[in-house]
Amino acid sequence: MATLQLKNIIKQFGDTKVIKGIDLEVNDREFVVFVGPSGCGKSTLMRMIAGLESASDGDILIDGKRINDVGPADRGLAMVFQSYALYPHMTVEANMGFSMRLAGVPKEERRAKVLEAAKILQLEPLLDRKPKALSGGQRQRVAIGRAIVRNPSIFLFDEPLSNLDAALRVQMRIELARLHEELDATMIYVTHDQIEAMTMADKIVVLHDGVVEQVGSPMALYHHPRNRFVAGFIGSPKMNFLPVTLTGVTPEGVEIRLPGGGERSVPVDGVHLDANATLELGVRPEHLVLDEQGPLSGQIKVLERLGGQTSLYVQMDDELITIMADGDVAYRVNDTVRFGFAPERAHLFDAGGLALTSLQQHPLARLTRQDNRAATESASPGEQV
Amino acid sequence: MTLHRNSVAPANARSLPIRQLVLTLVGWSIALIIFFPILWMVLTGFKTETAAIADPSFLFSPTLESYQAVHARSGYARFALNSVVVAFGSTFLALLIAIPSAYAMAFLPTKRTKGTLLWMLSTKMLPPVGVLVPIYLIFRDVGLLDTRTGLIIIYTLMNLPIVVWMLYTFFKDMPKDILEAGRMDGASTLQEVFFLLLPLTLPGIASTGLLSVILSWNEAFWSLNLTSSKAAPLTAYIASFSSPEGLFWAKLSAASTMAIAPILIFGWMTQKQMVRGLTFGAVK
Repeated sequence: MATLQLKNIIKQFGDTKVIKGIDLEVNDREFVVFVGPSGCGKSTLMRMIAGLESASDGDILIDGKRINDVGPADRGLAMVFQSYALYPHMTVEANMGFSMRLAGVPKEERRAKVLEAAKILQLEPLLDRKPKALSGGQRQRVAIGRAIVRNPSIFLFDEPLSNLDAALRVQMRIELARLHEELDATMIYVTHDQIEAMTMADKIVVLHDGVVEQVGSPMALYHHPRNRFVAGFIGSPKMNFLPVTLTGVTPEGVEIRLPGGGERSVPVDGVHLDANATLELGVRPEHLVLDEQGPLSGQIKVLERLGGQTSLYVQMDDELITIMADGDVAYRVNDTVRFGFAPERAHLFDAGGLALTSLQQHPLARLTRQDNRAATESASPGEQV
Repeated sequence: MTLHRNSVAPANARSLPIRQLVLTLVGWSIALIIFFPILWMVLTGFKTETAAIADPSFLFSPTLESYQAVHARSGYARFALNSVVVAFGSTFLALLIAIPSAYAMAFLPTKRTKGTLLWMLSTKMLPPVGVLVPIYLIFRDVGLLDTRTGLIIIYTLMNLPIVVWMLYTFFKDMPKDILEAGRMDGASTLQEVFFLLLPLTLPGIASTGLLSVILSWNEAFWSLNLTSSKAAPLTAYIASFSSPEGLFWAKLSAASTMAIAPILIFGWMTQKQMVRGLTFGAVK
């Protein structure tokens, strides 16, 4: 059980800075997800934590101790690789027991530990097989098992699900979340898939171009993105952005004129705004509602019916706006629709892409899975002995 | 295969066998052209001296006359033993040096790694005769002339560029993740090499070793120039049949056949391994 601190971590390859000064705290037993587009430096950051890559500058601390100069095996971490990186010439049992074999652990003890991990992962019938005789999901579990037997203080996962097919990915996602509960360990997880980040994380770290864009709980990032990048990256389908004109600032919010002439007041803090500031409105597809009296309108270009929901892609001037509507809407392609949004669901971004602070905190923004657990523990103190 | 082809592409069904026939013929022709000198040598070895210099013919009454003569003349076994010791010794030494160097180049490359590799290979383009005199003088001064040790050293140096280069490509193909996983599991560099790298690249190492053995076995230039009797391998044995008594084609052929027989059988037994290794990177 461990905490991790990163202090002003920088990584340079030649003249290119890939990590440009990252500060981060990972609490004990937290599930932290590094998410970002490819090339944002998330894998490099994880490899530096693992010790496979050295940091050009800054400090990495585990439980308060600086470990920059400690070898990867002695940091007490275990890593699950994207490619699984199983040893192809060894059986599942030998794969999982390799670290103990290197450490000189006696054979019986090794076997006992491997069996214990295999039980958690339902790998017992496969212990004598070689990796090539396993399915993708099974290989993944062996890779996780190899990490578990090391009894690490922190688990590192480097895009562990990206080689699996969609159905298996969902299943493994659930299994990983369950494993986190069961092992009660600190886990750091790298992915480019924001759905994985949203579903599993206690804390999401959004990385972009080697800097941290925002750190927060999934709901905080969803409801209160700090800037336009996070707003566009978190949430699926992507948030819609529209240029709007500033018409006034009141204590209750910022008044804007929408394309097409409608006026709205968005409850965000705009006291610092210039009178002629350029603003961008951001509304998520699921927060746009079809409404005959709505202030916005456009022509449907594409219509995707998913059954329960329908995605409408609506052309508005130069923008293609996505609307998530009810599954039963009767519209067809080329129909013109009117739509609107609840102002408290909208976001405003200034010219620099920074979000204007919301005047109302979303009630769920502080909710994390850990809070959940803490809440249940404190709610029933009698049972937790 | 046939069923599959017929059912999927009936239009091609007629043209394909012709194409295949032509390709097969071309393949066999090339193989025969390459193999012919060896075949002719083996045949000549079973002819009498007169038949050997008569009009070329496949029809003759085979005789072991030449083999008897060759056998009577000199100790084949001694030369063969020298060949074995020198070929395997130099291969072992080359692998011993090349594995660490290839490891460093493949997994810890620097800006100059590619250059170093090319420079090493470029030494193979130099005609060996260019360094014959200096090497001969050095060998004479340190007492390595006509010793197996001397030949092992020179063959190691001769094959090292190829061995390093081949191992480098095999190591390059090894997924880096696996070594990193080993490092996370606590493996030292040596453990990484022995427990992970070597077992996983064994086919490549084997084919590299085989190639090195074959090249050393067949090498004639250095063995003829640096040995005379004690350390002379089979190449020198063959050569001894050509000069002093004039050209006795049948005996020469018989001796040559005996010289290449071991390596031919060895190569034939390991050809599967060889082909797998040599095409390792090409076809995955």
